[in-house]
Amino acid sequence: MSSVTDVAPVPATRTPEGAPRRPRKPRGGLVLGLVAWVIGILFVLPVVWMVLTSFHSEEAAATNPPSLLAPLTLEGYRTFFGVGTGTNPWPSLLNSLTASLVSTLLVLVLAIPAAYALSIRPVRKWTDVMFFFLSTRMLPVVAGILPIYLFAQWSGLLDNIWLLIVLYTSMNLPIAVWMMRSFLAEVPVEILEAAAMDGAGLLRTLRQVVAPIVLPGIAATSLICFIFSWNELLLARTLTGTRALTSPVYLTGFVTSQGLFLAQMCAAAFVVSLPVLVAGFAAQDKLVQGLSLGAVK
Amino acid sequence: MSEPVRRARRSSRAGRRPRLAVAAATALALGASGCAGWGGGPGGGGPDSINVLMVNNPQMVDLQQLTAAHFTAETGISVNFTVLPENDVRDKISQEFSSQAGQYDVATLSNFEIPIYARSGWVAPLDEYIAADSAFDQADVLGPMTQSLSGDDGQVYGEPFYGESSFLMYRTDVLEAAGLTMPENPTWQEVADIAAAVDGVQPGMAGICLRGQPGWGQVFAPLTTVVNTFGGTWFTEDWEAQVDDAGFVEATEFYVDLVREHGETGAPQAGFTECLNNLIQGNVAMWYDATSAAGSLEAEGSPVKGKIGYVAAPVVETRSSGWLYAWAWSIQQASQKKDNAWRFISWASSREYEELVGEELGWSRVPAGKRASTYENPDYLAEAAAFAEPTVEAIRSADPENPGVQPRPAPGIQFVGIPEFPDLGTRVSQDVSSAIAGRMTVQEALDRGQQLAEDVGERYRERGTG
Repeated sequence: MSSVTDVAPVPATRTPEGAPRRPRKPRGGLVLGLVAWVIGILFVLPVVWMVLTSFHSEEAAATNPPSLLAPLTLEGYRTFFGVGTGTNPWPSLLNSLTASLVSTLLVLVLAIPAAYALSIRPVRKWTDVMFFFLSTRMLPVVAGILPIYLFAQWSGLLDNIWLLIVLYTSMNLPIAVWMMRSFLAEVPVEILEAAAMDGAGLLRTLRQVVAPIVLPGIAATSLICFIFSWNELLLARTLTGTRALTSPVYLTGFVTSQGLFLAQMCAAAFVVSLPVLVAGFAAQDKLVQGLSLGAVK
Repeated sequence: MSEPVRRARRSSRAGRRPRLAVAAATALALGASGCAGWGGGPGGGGPDSINVLMVNNPQMVDLQQLTAAHFTAETGISVNFTVLPENDVRDKISQEFSSQAGQYDVATLSNFEIPIYARSGWVAPLDEYIAADSAFDQADVLGPMTQSLSGDDGQVYGEPFYGESSFLMYRTDVLEAAGLTMPENPTWQEVADIAAAVDGVQPGMAGICLRGQPGWGQVFAPLTTVVNTFGGTWFTEDWEAQVDDAGFVEATEFYVDLVREHGETGAPQAGFTECLNNLIQGNVAMWYDATSAAGSLEAEGSPVKGKIGYVAAPVVETRSSGWLYAWAWSIQQASQKKDNAWRFISWASSREYEELVGEELGWSRVPAGKRASTYENPDYLAEAAAFAEPTVEAIRSADPENPGVQPRPAPGIQFVGIPEFPDLGTRVSQDVSSAIAGRMTVQEALDRGQQLAEDVGERYRERGTG
């Protein structure tokens, strides 16, 4: 999210006395700062507009030109939370949370050992393995949707959250392996050697030496996997029904071709975005460290 | 112990709290979703529940609100709804019903899909249920509705939830101030003249709103009725494509010229919702569209409530030209709970449900346009007096079998009742929308449309179907 753009990923340096030294401002810093602000505002503006619209009435939300100062109301949120409408967003929110959390955990459990075997102790032809992982992302999801649907129908897994968990895990695994490999490649060999000299075995080295060093990378990978799973629409819309419905599908249900829906749609979009926003803010420091450490370096 | 390992241990201790939080959140999600998405198989959800897939229109939102407190309370049958936008719901229903997955017992289908689905055996015939349920009173359902929801075998495959035709809506105060009178049965030329006269009489007010958004159900819903009354057709009785024929071209040029000269701002992107909004906000003086729009225009809080007049769909060569459309309930053939599904349909499409909506939510929100008794109900007429009569007249005068001046190969007024029409109509509509935007001429758009229509027609000629 744009919230991470204002934290400069510049490694802190120290003076010989040990006091932190301020990074020297580059020339043209003011211009760059302004550009950063403009880009930041451009990213944030639609979100601010969405939040503002969510507090307007449907009529005020649909005016052209837009009315900024229209009276505020909680009607959109009441509709979303089903006050007097007979609807209930909680099952879909919980389904999304389950699918995103469980698939992210599964991805980490599988991706970290795989990345270890591709970076710290590279297996033979590890570049081919990396390319294989990447190639699994080359087929568009929509191209595989029919066989997946038919398989789900045949196996009785339609409208089952486990199917989404498996699909989201396989969907995010290649990305996670690539990211984690970049992060693990940054771990200095000297530290591993020192751990070995201290008598640490493989598991202990992984748990107590490697994991803490690449924690920012794990946080960044987890968040990206969580966001991709949380926002996924195509598979969820095709494969779920009344019980495993996820929040993006529930969200689209507010669109109608016969009436006004902008305000309640904005309220729903804001509520559905909240978990990702909260996770992003909570992991902001780790995320910036992680993203500047490996994958996008 | 080396410094890196000590630091790592500190980090490890510091990381315990987030791990605990993740574990707790996962446990919560797993526990809480025990009642949500776990488990599968068709027709799930318990023996006394049914799954309903429906389009998100305001009438369906009202239904969701009333179901638990009334239908479930009376019958003990709980109803699990999945609500999607129109295009999405069509895709999902098509996928669900064509594979007979059995996830949903009931779905909202229109009178376009029902005859096609019935032919394919995807929906269950309802005649036996209707015969056994005298309280439902099928005879009260308007004739054109029952006819359009029946299959080739004459059996009924869908029960209407609400129906609509099309008519012309206009601002009575604006026309009166301009010294103009709207005829009861206007011709399109009269409408064009009035649109020119009222265009700009108030700041920012255009003469008329007509859909220009691409889509077989968007621009081609009103435009095909205009084509019909101008003497045009998509196909002759023998499946000869007629898209570049004089009647089709003249009608489309008239429509495009009218909307370009006196139509709304942003016409190439305007659909039902945009035009509704335009009329409510005083951005247009007239609107030709679905009769179901009247409920929103006359709802409490609408700034144009009581200021709208309603007259029959404008004509040229035909006596009437309103379309016929219904969102109806159908039961999937693969459903294991057909009896419960019928009980739901019988309740949702009943006269009693209309009364319930009228009493609890207001009479302007009644899902009308399907039963004759609705238009004899004094409570409904008190609220909907302005548009009730034009609506029921428009529906009664609609003839899906014979909507134009020549015999047709397939039923349908604003569409051709064949599975290929959504693709054909949408592709041609993209060019018509471009013509409205001024990026190509109508003739160019329809020449391309003719080629597409010829491909479809040829397939039907080869099959020898008509």
